[in-house]
Amino acid sequence: MKKNLPLIVAFASGLLILIAGFIPHKPFGMLEETLTNWFMIISSFAILLGQISLIQANVTRVAHRSPNWQYYLAGLISFAGMVVFGLLWGMEKTPGILGHGEGISQNLGSKPFDYIFDYIYMPLSATMFSLLAFYIASAAYRAFIIRNFESNLLMITAVIVMLGRTSFATWITSWIPDSWGILQLPRLTDFIMQYPNTAAQRAILISAALGVVGSSLRIILGIERSYLGGGK
Amino acid sequence: MKADRTLIERRIVFLVLALAVALPLIFPLGLRTKGTPLTKKAYDLVDQTPTGSVVILSFDYDPSTVTELQPMAQAILEHAWKKGHKVIATAMWPQGSQMADMAFENVQAKLGQKEYGRDYINLGYKVGGMVVIQGMGRNFKTVFPKDTSGLNYEDIPLLKTVKSLRDIKYVVSLSAGDPGLKDWVLTAHDKYGVSVAGGTTAVSAPGFLPYVNDQKQLYGLMGGLKAAAEYELLMEYEGPASLNMNPQSVAHVLILVLIAIGNIKAWRKRKAALKSGEVANG
Amino acid sequence: MKRIVLPLLLALLSVGIGGVVPSAAPFSAEDAPWDDGTAVVLAWNLDPLRTSLSLQKADSLGIFQEISNEFALTGGYKDSGLEADAEYRYRLVAYNKDRSDSVSFTAHATTRQQWFSMQKLSLLILLAMICGAILYYIFHARRGKNLFIRRISGLDSMEEAIGRATEKGKPILFVPGISDLGDIQTIAALNILNHLALKSAEYGTELLVPCRFSMVLSAARETVKEAYLQAGRPDAYREEKIFYVTDDQFGFVAGVDGIMLREQPAANFFLGAFWAESLILTETGFGTGAIQTAGTGQPHQIPFFVVSCDYTLIGEELYAASAYLSRDPQQLGSLKGHDFGKLLVIILVLTGIVMEMAGQGWFKQFIAGGN
Repeated sequence: MKKNLPLIVAFASGLLILIAGFIPHKPFGMLEETLTNWFMIISSFAILLGQISLIQANVTRVAHRSPNWQYYLAGLISFAGMVVFGLLWGMEKTPGILGHGEGISQNLGSKPFDYIFDYIYMPLSATMFSLLAFYIASAAYRAFIIRNFESNLLMITAVIVMLGRTSFATWITSWIPDSWGILQLPRLTDFIMQYPNTAAQRAILISAALGVVGSSLRIILGIERSYLGGGK
Repeated sequence: MKADRTLIERRIVFLVLALAVALPLIFPLGLRTKGTPLTKKAYDLVDQTPTGSVVILSFDYDPSTVTELQPMAQAILEHAWKKGHKVIATAMWPQGSQMADMAFENVQAKLGQKEYGRDYINLGYKVGGMVVIQGMGRNFKTVFPKDTSGLNYEDIPLLKTVKSLRDIKYVVSLSAGDPGLKDWVLTAHDKYGVSVAGGTTAVSAPGFLPYVNDQKQLYGLMGGLKAAAEYELLMEYEGPASLNMNPQSVAHVLILVLIAIGNIKAWRKRKAALKSGEVANG
Repeated sequence: MKRIVLPLLLALLSVGIGGVVPSAAPFSAEDAPWDDGTAVVLAWNLDPLRTSLSLQKADSLGIFQEISNEFALTGGYKDSGLEADAEYRYRLVAYNKDRSDSVSFTAHATTRQQWFSMQKLSLLILLAMICGAILYYIFHARRGKNLFIRRISGLDSMEEAIGRATEKGKPILFVPGISDLGDIQTIAALNILNHLALKSAEYGTELLVPCRFSMVLSAARETVKEAYLQAGRPDAYREEKIFYVTDDQFGFVAGVDGIMLREQPAANFFLGAFWAESLILTETGFGTGAIQTAGTGQPHQIPFFVVSCDYTLIGEELYAASAYLSRDPQQLGSLKGHDFGKLLVIILVLTGIVMEMAGQGWFKQFIAGGN
């Protein structure tokens, strides 16, 4: 029963959503709405589950003095700090338990939660994303090596697109007359991106979509149940 | 030993790249970018929508991608307000709501004060992604009974004419991943027929190109900082995106130089291997 | 029965010939076709002297309230969010330039719920054909027919990766994408996790699963726990090894990168939905010297994976992985159904090209459907 109940739920809700997609008449729309509302409610409660897991995992490591336990402690302090500041003085227009904290806001320039968000969290997050530039550079350095016809083609395309995406592109090929405009780097880049690239993307997308149909059908019919942890 | 060399090479690449990005920021080169049709389409969607229309800007990103997506959001918001549109901000990401507030604040500093509740509203974050958009398609109020400041839906003048997504003239999703633009295309456009345009990070943009098609699943697409700079160009001003295009252009050229160096190295290695092979064969 | 079949046939014809012909009347109101009875379509055709208009709807007291003033001589408006099976009255007041003269028209319509979204007919037909083919091959496989499946090296390497981790006494890292449980790519990743956990339990290798969403966390825990039970090693299961990091995209990346640098896993698996963070994750893994396998249904991230990983599952291979690994004939049968789907898409694309070249636009219109 422990295994069958989730399978029955998956089958019934999958089928219902599928039917509701084609039949707009009552009660299908209403049932679909109810199911999606349930999903939103469960998702909201699941956030709590994540927080509990986070606290549990970190507290255990700190308590057992696991290797690098200081990092986990830093994580816990940051988490607790944001919760406490948010609860006490709120954020932006929303007041906290102690109101808007005008005194602190005057000193900091904003509420403590907003201050940490703007001046610590935002730069840290942006730094993580900016790492991408470094990794793209090092990956490109390794990857675009001429070995055969295909890799040659790949490298030439990469050079055109990369250069075409810069402000230099217009300047480099501005001498090409408009009658040969397709050879101007920005236009050539757009052509590559919109036709050969999109054609390949569509092919992968269509085959992936067929994979989605197959996987969904296997889940609805209960043939695929590995995600529930079970084999056959 | 080989792994060590690769590591050192990587570090040299990182150092040179850091310089290539930092120097043009300190000494701007004054380069200007050129518009592309995809950005122009997104611009046209905003430009051709009548005054007084209620529109959605969805802030589906967080501070990590702020450098690419915030200039885009601000340029579109400025355009929408100049055209007299009433803007609803939603967020499919928890920190998206703060990103919206930041955009409202920055654009108001430029255009002058707008009235909250009449010219714009921030409905904040809702968990659920596509399911939330489906809910908005059926009944806006059940998904967002209050705004971020606690105002009731029925007390907000801007929302008086909005019952469902069908009352929205267009949606622009600034999207860093999931949930985001794809959910808006598949639900708001495909299910409820609302025009959708979007902005994404440069690395994710090619994946959305198949949606820019005859069906206008995606009305226009802005990919990365370059598209933000193009939008600023169409708006006839030089904003943060235009300025930040300088280091990006230099970094691209540097990557091309690195590719050339990598190829020379590989060629020399192959030549050496060939030579040693010849020696070994006698 | 007649009430359903007759409108269906009429709709098929209307879809085929290019939609509903607009009314020539100055102002009309009609129930929106093939919907859940919550919208009315209004259309008008005014004389050229008119320069502005006011479209109004009667409220519950019968007083007309303006709902739109967007001007067009020939135009339309879809009033949505209405009650099903209710009558609505509308008024169109059209003015000339200085508003010294106006004409008004009234119209009413009753909203009706429909039993089928006719614009989705083509989708239903395609879905029925593909699902039919998948089911056919599943039953075919059940009868014991041997089905061929091509080699997927990314999946064949799984054992090698686990073996290497076991030899080195280092853990295996599995990231089930950064999407929530509602994404089928995450489900596909969890299916693979089940097989991986089974192997890691057999070999006694530590398995680390960081999750971005709580729903994924609880599903991943259940998946791994069941796999350890199945392998007869419930004692080796450690719940804390499958853990939540943060909902924040790049916060999650920072967390996973930290794990890779501190724990130095011998094998990394990045399977599921990935966005801009894909290269940051895999390049860090490359730096630690781990054997890396990645797979996603996101076409735009595949190049990054190909560059920095040893093995990459491209698009549908991610969804086929569970069937491939389990060798369950029923699941393998469904893969054959995918192939039929591909054939169908190729035929449709070619037919579409020929029809468009022949000027037969109805085919494209029928397949595309509409709102």
